[in-house]
Amino acid sequence: MKGTHLGEFEELVLLTIAALSSEAYSVAICDELEKHTGRTTKLGVVHAVLNRLEEKGLAKSYLGEATNARGGKRKRYYEVTQVGKIALTHARDIREGLWRIIPDLHLGGAL
Amino acid sequence: MNNSLPPSPPRWAQRLLLWYCRPELAEDLQGDLNEFFERNLRKHGLWYACLIYWVDVLKFIRSYTLRTPEFHLLFINYIMINSYFKTSIRSLSRTKLFSFINVVGLAISMSVGLLMISLLSDLHSYDDFHAKKSRIYRIITTLHPKGNADIDLASSSVLAGKKIKESFPNIESVTLLRRGFGGDAQVGESIVPIGGLWADSSFFKVFSFTLRAGNPTTALRNPYSIILPEKTAHKLFGHSDVLGKSIRFDTTNYTITGIMEDIPKLSHLRFDALVSFASIDLRNADSDGHFLNWDNVYSNYAYVLLPENGHLQTLQTNLNKLCTTQNKQLKDLQIELSAQPLTKIVVGNNLENAIGPTIHQMAIWILGGLVIVVILSACFNYTNLSIARSLRRSREVGVRKVMGALRGQVLGQFIIESVIISLLAFIFSFLLFLVLREQFLSLNPHLDNLVSLRISLKLIGYFIVFSMSVGIVAGFLPALFFSRLKALQVLKGTSSIQLFRRVNLRKSLIVVQYTLSLIFITTTVIGYHQYKSFLVFDLGFSTENILNIKLQGNKSELLRKELAEIPAVKGIATSRLVTSLGSIYGTMIKYQSPTDSSNVALNFVDERYLPLHGHRLLAGRNFTSHTHENNSTEIIVNQQLLNRFDITPQNPSKALGEQIKTLDGKKYTIVGVLKDFHYGTVERKIEPFMMHYSPEESGGYLNLKINSQDLPSTMSRIEEAWKRIDKTHPLEAHFYDDQIQEAYQQFSVMVKVIGFLAFLAVIIASMGLFGMVVFMTETKLKEISIRKVMGANEPSLIYFLSKSFIALLILSAVIALPLTYFFFDKVVLVKFAYHQPIGLGELMTGFVMVVALACILIGTQTLKAARTNPAKVLRNE
Repeated sequence: MKGTHLGEFEELVLLTIAALSSEAYSVAICDELEKHTGRTTKLGVVHAVLNRLEEKGLAKSYLGEATNARGGKRKRYYEVTQVGKIALTHARDIREGLWRIIPDLHLGGAL
Repeated sequence: MNNSLPPSPPRWAQRLLLWYCRPELAEDLQGDLNEFFERNLRKHGLWYACLIYWVDVLKFIRSYTLRTPEFHLLFINYIMINSYFKTSIRSLSRTKLFSFINVVGLAISMSVGLLMISLLSDLHSYDDFHAKKSRIYRIITTLHPKGNADIDLASSSVLAGKKIKESFPNIESVTLLRRGFGGDAQVGESIVPIGGLWADSSFFKVFSFTLRAGNPTTALRNPYSIILPEKTAHKLFGHSDVLGKSIRFDTTNYTITGIMEDIPKLSHLRFDALVSFASIDLRNADSDGHFLNWDNVYSNYAYVLLPENGHLQTLQTNLNKLCTTQNKQLKDLQIELSAQPLTKIVVGNNLENAIGPTIHQMAIWILGGLVIVVILSACFNYTNLSIARSLRRSREVGVRKVMGALRGQVLGQFIIESVIISLLAFIFSFLLFLVLREQFLSLNPHLDNLVSLRISLKLIGYFIVFSMSVGIVAGFLPALFFSRLKALQVLKGTSSIQLFRRVNLRKSLIVVQYTLSLIFITTTVIGYHQYKSFLVFDLGFSTENILNIKLQGNKSELLRKELAEIPAVKGIATSRLVTSLGSIYGTMIKYQSPTDSSNVALNFVDERYLPLHGHRLLAGRNFTSHTHENNSTEIIVNQQLLNRFDITPQNPSKALGEQIKTLDGKKYTIVGVLKDFHYGTVERKIEPFMMHYSPEESGGYLNLKINSQDLPSTMSRIEEAWKRIDKTHPLEAHFYDDQIQEAYQQFSVMVKVIGFLAFLAVIIASMGLFGMVVFMTETKLKEISIRKVMGANEPSLIYFLSKSFIALLILSAVIALPLTYFFFDKVVLVKFAYHQPIGLGELMTGFVMVVALACILIGTQTLKAARTNPAKVLRNE
């Protein structure tokens, strides 16, 4: 089902939105992702994903208040919609289901 | 420093972003980019931050950020055009004077532009009738003589042509042409002089001339075949159904094997007849053994047709190979061949031995540049006047904006308005163009020969596109200005702030206009002065009342006898060449040193020549009359020749009896020394020169000294005498002074053209200035009245009103005059070995004329303003 399918990066971005709760806007999401994944995240990519998430109805956005920072431009805040929440839980369920049936997994078994 | 604004992201990048980005996304995106910009600014500095900002803006061009085009706006624009049209017409008719200035100025300048376009279009469509035009190349030659300057020739050697034909791969066809076929064609009783080309049988494979009758593949195969264009056939036979008939040249009969359609005007190949290449009598042409020499490059032309997929590069590589092989036999000369596209033949670099009319690329650029300057000047007028009168229109713009007009729409409105004006001007300029065209073509026979400037539908299309572009250029700045107006400010009535904004722009436009006009007019005055000085230049001998008659192959002795009976003819001399007109004969001469040779110009004259022309002998004697022309070893030399070979230059009489020799060993004895005179044009320095004795010059001229009270009757008697000797050729007689004028004709054409453009430039600039003065006095009328009431008198008011304009004029003069002076002094006049210095008079004439005109314009207007009754003006309040 295309509408609710979550790509890996989409899932990460959606999770970050949820994690940042009321402070979730593009630059903050970018920074947070970088902090957690350790890889550089391009603003352009995040923007595209946010746009897609909104299109799919997994996230919604609203404009904040204008402040002196950012050259007086307003921020666009994102929050996870109900559909988004379901999609996230669904994704986690799939993973956990899979983890559960893995008999044994040793980290560093090859060392 | 702390108070200054923090650095902001690059402005153009921001604009780009706002332009392409959907409005609903733009704000957030901008904010994000700003945040990153500030971060980068802190971490890496301004330069890096700006760079990243730019990169990011470009990276954000994605499908989801792009704005969808707003079609409904285009539709609204379409509806609005009606309204723009209406308002434009209203504003045009409201300000009649300014509209007049604009329309007339644009019309005048555009007519020159139209002329230029039709000229370019004609030149560009030269040789268009050849179906394979783009694949035809002419083989041209560059000579690199050791120790001398290179010579570029349009011709190439017969050998090169034959080699290309025989051995070059990847070539569809080659045709060889040779110039110089000519003579008196005899058909029955009638004799008509004809000039033509020799061409080989591939001629019609390469070129697309159409044969009316005859077989194009075989017509030029056999010796003594001739093809006539219909025009020539009519001239010779009275009709064109003449296939198979024969024409006699001298003692040879030629058979007509083809009748061609007439050659179009725009063809670089022009001829009265085509004769088969095979008929060049090889023995005859090769009498000097040079016909097939590699370095005999002066009379032959080779045209190569490349195949559809052929490469010019391959041809050039093969040409280079051929040159390398053949150049081995030459000692002091290297020959280089290259391929010249057919399209570059007419407009290109000057080549010697050009076949057909050519025009130098530089001339086109210069002319085009001048025309553009004149057009821009008229555009400046429009810009200036529109911006100056922005007061009234700015209210209109304010209202439009309040009603919801976007910036682009206001911009469009004013551009459309100026395009309407330029199209209106186009109608007038087209009429002017028709008049100008005749004038232009009659300037110089060369121009008339070169182009026809006929009007075609395509040309009209170019004209309209051109006038619309002029409109856009003229209207762009005012449109930009109006579209930037802030509705609120304008409607609040603070328009007085607006009124004198952009004053600097306006002033600088006026200065530019006047600087250019002054450069033009001063150039004309200086050029005219120099040209006049060339005509009256003291050549060192007399040219007054000397009539030069071209002998055209007739015996000079016969004609001399006939002419001597006319009482007005006081003296008759013969010469091979009329000197001081530009053409020169020369030969290599040695003195005592066997290794030191030098080129010496020479003329062949009889014993009457020197006294008739009033040449001054410094030492020795004139030639004596004797009939053994070929054996005469007497020569008369000039001072420069003595200088060159160091034959006692201080004491010419000691040089008498000295012998000099030509390279093939012929010895000549100096019997006289002439005072230096100018045998070339004033561009050339006087160099070694010698006169050689020759009483009979049937290929040269008779020089007649005329002293006549009744010139027309003398001329008709000369003509009668000529007709008794030669019945076929019309008399070619010209007065020496006229011939000198003719020799400098190119300068007279240049002076006329530049002078005309200068005239236009001055008129346009003056009209613009007039408009500005009228506008200024109108707006300052109240101020003037108040000043008057307070006690100002008329002179002080005139001074007050005109001082800024006069200052602008003086500023322009300060820029223009030195510029023109240095241009002439360092660039133009260096090319002339003998010229007059530039006087203050010539430099100032143009300036005084322009200033006088401007002062009249300013003066009348300011006087009118100064004389108005202040009570009337002030009561209106």
